[in-house]
Amino acid sequence: MRIDKDLVAASSTPLVLAILAEDESYGYAILKRIRALSGGELEWSDGMLYPLLHRLGRLGYVTTEWRTPPEGRRRRYYMLTDDGRAALADQRRQWATVTRALNDVWRGPGEPLTAMGEA
Amino acid sequence: MENVESQIGEWRAYLASAAGVNGRDVDELEDHLRHQIAELGAVGLTPDEAFLVAVKRMGELDALSREFAREHSGRLWKQLVLTGDDETARASGDWLAAFVFAAAAAVTVQIARLAAGFPDEEPMWLARNGALFVLPFLAAYFARHRQLDIRDWALSAAPFALAALVVNLYPWGADSDTEALVVLALPVVLWFAMGYPYMGGTVRAHERRMDFVRFTGEWFIYYVLIALGGGVLMALTAGILEPTGIEVERIVEWVLPSGAAGAVIVAAWLVESKQRVVENMAPVLTMLFTPLFAVMLACAAVVYAVTGFGGAFDRELVSIFDALLVVVLALVLYGMSAREASTSPGWMDGIQLVAVVSALVLDLMVLGAMIARIGDLGFTPNRTAALGLNLVLLVNLAGAAWLSGRFLRRRIGFHPLERWQTAYLPVLALWAATVVVVLPPIFAFD
Repeated sequence: MRIDKDLVAASSTPLVLAILAEDESYGYAILKRIRALSGGELEWSDGMLYPLLHRLGRLGYVTTEWRTPPEGRRRRYYMLTDDGRAALADQRRQWATVTRALNDVWRGPGEPLTAMGEA
Repeated sequence: MENVESQIGEWRAYLASAAGVNGRDVDELEDHLRHQIAELGAVGLTPDEAFLVAVKRMGELDALSREFAREHSGRLWKQLVLTGDDETARASGDWLAAFVFAAAAAVTVQIARLAAGFPDEEPMWLARNGALFVLPFLAAYFARHRQLDIRDWALSAAPFALAALVVNLYPWGADSDTEALVVLALPVVLWFAMGYPYMGGTVRAHERRMDFVRFTGEWFIYYVLIALGGGVLMALTAGILEPTGIEVERIVEWVLPSGAAGAVIVAAWLVESKQRVVENMAPVLTMLFTPLFAVMLACAAVVYAVTGFGGAFDRELVSIFDALLVVVLALVLYGMSAREASTSPGWMDGIQLVAVVSALVLDLMVLGAMIARIGDLGFTPNRTAALGLNLVLLVNLAGAAWLSGRFLRRRIGFHPLERWQTAYLPVLALWAATVVVVLPPIFAFD
């Protein structure tokens, strides 16, 4: 199954925010997590994560810091801010509404599914 | 493995050459690439294969750099000169326009000077209108440069026309204090008015406002540089001509006002077309002066907190303090415009907070002393203008201190700090306009 490009783009912000809400992280690890979460179904070109992270930084949702882990290269870590948490909560409500609506309509509004077959 | 290293080097160089991508972004992306290569190598790919797959996964570099450019339009500003042959052609064609406007300003100032008989006579109308002889040309230069439509031209011209009416139709009293205040405040008002054509009419966009702040800082540096060069030139000319018996003062009278007026537009043109020259100086200058000012302000705050103002508090001290606070605000704004917004808080941000908090303490003490004085002696034009300025600065500094405290504790990103300052710019403009337009009638033009 290939997920539509627009849908990938729309889900990118809440996904990244949610991953950073678990713990601070850096680019490569965030991307690996996204792959793992979606079972590889959400395909990004890796580079595009970074402009997105910078945008979140500009909006004040994340702060960044360069750190050198023991035995490793210097890398940039991203941390969620309070504003970021608020934005994530907001996104969550929006997505919950959308998925609920979709679930409802696909399950049928209280009518047996057979009604559709007869029509 | 060596082969892969050189391939990574090439990939890096290609990415680094793109506008909107800076060195740290490249570092970050390279780290990602190396991670990916290592991981693919671990599952059995050869280094070459791993490199190819990792690069492919990274996505097309042109699309990526476009995305970066959209996100960091501030960086593009620094690279405007590099965006291709098209731009350079326009920049050189613009040279002529800048020259024409500069010459127009120079001639206007000269005509005004001759009409006033300056420097033998020093009529107040000359001082009052000083900024009006120069800044409209700068505004017109930008209106033309940004290719504004008729409506925006009219909107750009309106503040200048209004200002001309106000300063020349108000019935100023003899030795008027409000008039002296107008001489100080009008250039500020007109500079902000010039911001409208500078921003191409899009004054609501915070990024454009930040560009305007950046422009103001760079313009100031260029202007000082030109003034220094001009000063050396004048001194040498005077030295050479002195023995010939030519009256050097006469020449200076002609050259200095026109040069100073023309340089306003030339400096603006330099900022517009040669940004890369100064771009590297802005961070250096803020690095240099922010700590020095922080130390000076902290000392002053401590000393005055211990001794109090006592008898030393007079008009002169107030104006020095106000000038100091304005400089601090300018330094904060300038440092902000030169700062890379995505980097995390560092020691410079801490030092800047020290400067801001010290300035805040000083401002509070000045305000206290001033209010006591007004309580004793009542309002005068000078005290009212100074009180307003101090209040405006107080609110700004308090907001800046609060936000940068939160920024340093990593509660928020850098963006809200920028937003606060860019949102506050109209308040500064409004107070300056109030001093020009509202204060004189209130104090009966005295």
